[in-house]
Amino acid sequence: MPAPIRLRELIRTIRTARTQAEEREMIQKECAAIRSSFREEDNTYRCRNVAKLLYMHMLGYPAHFGQLECLKLIASQKFTDKRIGYLGAMLLLDERQDVHLLMTNCIKNDLNHSTQYVQGLALCTLGCMGSSEMCRDLAGEVEKLLKTSNSYLRKKAALCAVHVIRKVPELMEMFLPATKNLLSEKNHGVLHTSVVLLTEMCERSPDMLTHFRKLVPQLVRILKNLIMSGYSPEHDVSGISDPFLQVRILRLLRILGKSDDDSSEAMNDILAQVATNTETSKNVGNAILYETVLTIMDIKSESGLRVLAINILGRFLLNNDKNIRYVALTSLLKTVQTDHNAVQRHRSTIVDCLKDLDVSIKRRAMELSFALVNGNNIRGMMKELLYFLDSCDPEFKADCASGVFLAAEKYAPSKRWHIDTIMRVLTTAGSYVRDDSVPNLIQLITNSVEMHAYTVQRLYKALLDDISQQPLVQVASWCIGEYGDLLVSGQCEEEEPIQVTEDEVLDVLEGLLVSNLSTPVTRGYALTAIMKLSTRFSSVNRIKKVVSIYGSSIDVELQQRAVEYNALFKKYDHMRPALLERMPIMEKTATNGPTEIVQTNGETESSALDSKHPPSITQPPNQANDLLDLLGGNDVVPVIQTTLPTKPASAGGELLDLLGDLSLSGGPTPAPAPSVPISQPPFLLDGLSSQPLFNDTAAGIPPMTAYNKNGLKIEFTFERSNPNPNISVITIHASNSTEADMTDFVFQAAVPKTFQLQLLSPSSNIVPALNQGNVTQVIRVLNPQKQQLRMRIKLTYTYKGAPVQDLAEVNNFPPQSWQ
Amino acid sequence: MMRFLLLFSRQGKIRLQKWFLPLGEREKKKIIRDMTTMVLARKPRTCNFLHWKDLKIVYKRYASLYFCCGLEEEDNELLALEVLHRYVELLDKYFGNVCELDIIFNFEKAYFILDEFLMGGEVQETSKQSIAKSIEASDMLQETMEEYMSKPAF
Repeated sequence: MPAPIRLRELIRTIRTARTQAEEREMIQKECAAIRSSFREEDNTYRCRNVAKLLYMHMLGYPAHFGQLECLKLIASQKFTDKRIGYLGAMLLLDERQDVHLLMTNCIKNDLNHSTQYVQGLALCTLGCMGSSEMCRDLAGEVEKLLKTSNSYLRKKAALCAVHVIRKVPELMEMFLPATKNLLSEKNHGVLHTSVVLLTEMCERSPDMLTHFRKLVPQLVRILKNLIMSGYSPEHDVSGISDPFLQVRILRLLRILGKSDDDSSEAMNDILAQVATNTETSKNVGNAILYETVLTIMDIKSESGLRVLAINILGRFLLNNDKNIRYVALTSLLKTVQTDHNAVQRHRSTIVDCLKDLDVSIKRRAMELSFALVNGNNIRGMMKELLYFLDSCDPEFKADCASGVFLAAEKYAPSKRWHIDTIMRVLTTAGSYVRDDSVPNLIQLITNSVEMHAYTVQRLYKALLDDISQQPLVQVASWCIGEYGDLLVSGQCEEEEPIQVTEDEVLDVLEGLLVSNLSTPVTRGYALTAIMKLSTRFSSVNRIKKVVSIYGSSIDVELQQRAVEYNALFKKYDHMRPALLERMPIMEKTATNGPTEIVQTNGETESSALDSKHPPSITQPPNQANDLLDLLGGNDVVPVIQTTLPTKPASAGGELLDLLGDLSLSGGPTPAPAPSVPISQPPFLLDGLSSQPLFNDTAAGIPPMTAYNKNGLKIEFTFERSNPNPNISVITIHASNSTEADMTDFVFQAAVPKTFQLQLLSPSSNIVPALNQGNVTQVIRVLNPQKQQLRMRIKLTYTYKGAPVQDLAEVNNFPPQSWQ
Repeated sequence: MMRFLLLFSRQGKIRLQKWFLPLGEREKKKIIRDMTTMVLARKPRTCNFLHWKDLKIVYKRYASLYFCCGLEEEDNELLALEVLHRYVELLDKYFGNVCELDIIFNFEKAYFILDEFLMGGEVQETSKQSIAKSIEASDMLQETMEEYMSKPAF
């Protein structure tokens, strides 16, 4: 058999191939030759063949049949064989194949070889790809070599030990004795790898960390020597002596100084020295400064040093080198939480980076800008960020839009500004806005009562321009549905009111329904908006027509809505005005007060949404009564009045259920039920009647006066419901000391989120004058978290022909009532 | 630590791949694909750093070769540029004005030099001369054997 062709020959040949197919053919031919050569157990040319195989493997062809051959090469006595064999092992084998374990014995022998370069090969292979089993078997050998005086081997053994520790952390202890005098070495290779080893040990074990803290002075000394020593040709990089070692030492110092005052103090001087003396004209100097800054920020450094560090980062930001700007932005992002004010000083530079051409820098600058926004700089920052949003790549738009919304929510200086900002985002990046922003925006708009006319006008104008951006279209439809009357009446104060007729508005909404650009969700919004306008516009017939057309729509969602709206026109027309009334103000979740009454979106309350709620306390008065009256007309009334669990009041929740409206949730409609299904929290089901259930009274909880105004006094008395100690039963006693009766008396209550409340039916709704009698009503409160009970109550009654309404907070509950 | 080091040409052909973490063949191929796509798509005067999954990717172009490495969160990117540069210097010293062809035809030597410089994803030796001496000595070891056998090595 002729000698197998040489490696270089093969490479040259393969490179002459003009097509992939040609190359594949050559490779296959050669592989076949190599395979037969392996089969013949040819020792002489094994090395050559494996080398060729490795080349072909690099090109992407399979080479697994060479694995065993690599092992044979490793076992050979020739250095050339070993070199290629170990290389082959590192490229073709890995710990997933059991075959690799066969290497263990060879490596063990080679670790004790007389030639240091063979030992080096073994250490290198073990240190790069040793599996846990191999590491366990050979850790002892590595430890031995860690103590040798041969620096060539010592440095390799140190990194091999690092690998062993990474694979088998329990073995860390055994390397401890060998670390004793590692740092007294003069050889930089050993020093460097020793520092890496120490770093690895300190990162993994707090005990080791404490143990090695005593090395801080020595490390500081070594670092000092590196800086102060003169030119050393062997380790010099652009005038800096061994930057690799400097950086590693700084990193170890960081770990050692973190949350330790003494160590931090010991390194203060050297850090200041490095920070001020390092040459910054080349990348290498900046690499050291970068590491220094990270260390200063992480340890307990004194404030002067911290300011120095932030200033270095500030200078980095102005550097021409993009890498350095990138690194500065990344570091500032890490420190913005802890040293906010210092970073603020560089805000203008950071904002300039938004205009950089480099994508990586832009992203970092955007993240940092959002972190820097606060109440003082909101206007300026938002201008820059909105400009960025206009011009940035699509990959940024979603994140930027979300960031803008969040920042606007937190720091908006005025409602008008807030709405303008939102409009700007919707019109420029509308299709990238996240889905959940639609309900949030709607809620925001609803709450800005004085801006309704302005908002709907702007949204309408935006719709005229462009109906492709779904979130914008959805918010706009909702607003037009709600505030269409303001739109056509031309009531806008904030800007020039536009002249719009009802027909034009309906044209736009119908346009949305038929447009190909509208998603099904958007169509749902549009249909509901049209329906709502039936109580606000006079062209009811047109609306009726539209609604009836969609009663046979293919889209099931639209069809269902249309059918129900049709039913509203036909059978329930008397209910329609009340049902389609203006949405009440929704209270926003307070971000700090956990006991605020919470408005939650429809989706987050699963079963509870089906139950009826009393309207939110701050609702404009008519609607509460209208709703109650409205529902009082149906058979379901008694249930409503008695079982009013005040879940976090989803104001207008009843409307949501009946119309199956998306308005608050913005998600797929829960199947609406025309009647009112009540899903009771379990405790209500235990034999509920209209009589309050009094179980054993708790040991004398004192009664309290909850409200006393204008002659109406409401007292609370307490019982504890025995089967469930988390339930308190409160009876209200309402008495009237004035000379006229209070009629149509309705008592409503709401509790914070963590409680559940059930209101049973009152004894009557007339509070007789002159304390002649009481109205009593039972409240059951479930308090599983045993939190302090607070309650908001709303009282409505007619007094001497005039309606009276009042709200009050009840905070003075005796502790025994809720503990 | 460095997780991997890749050298590839402007056409995306891989010239050297060093993995410091055990990965399956498919994963390796995927990473190579991702790296080559991402790095080759970069415009000329952009910064040398990228973000990919949880790694920092540092790359630098030397003539027709891209040197690309994947770093962990703790590692210093600017220093990684120096590490790449040092490797190129070592190759340059060894081959004398190194070019891509040298690395293609002598890939095993490129690996040997790399193995004297890095181990387990960390820098092993910071002195250029020291590494050059070790490589020289190892090469001599090879040739001595060869002479003895009076047969070409491979």
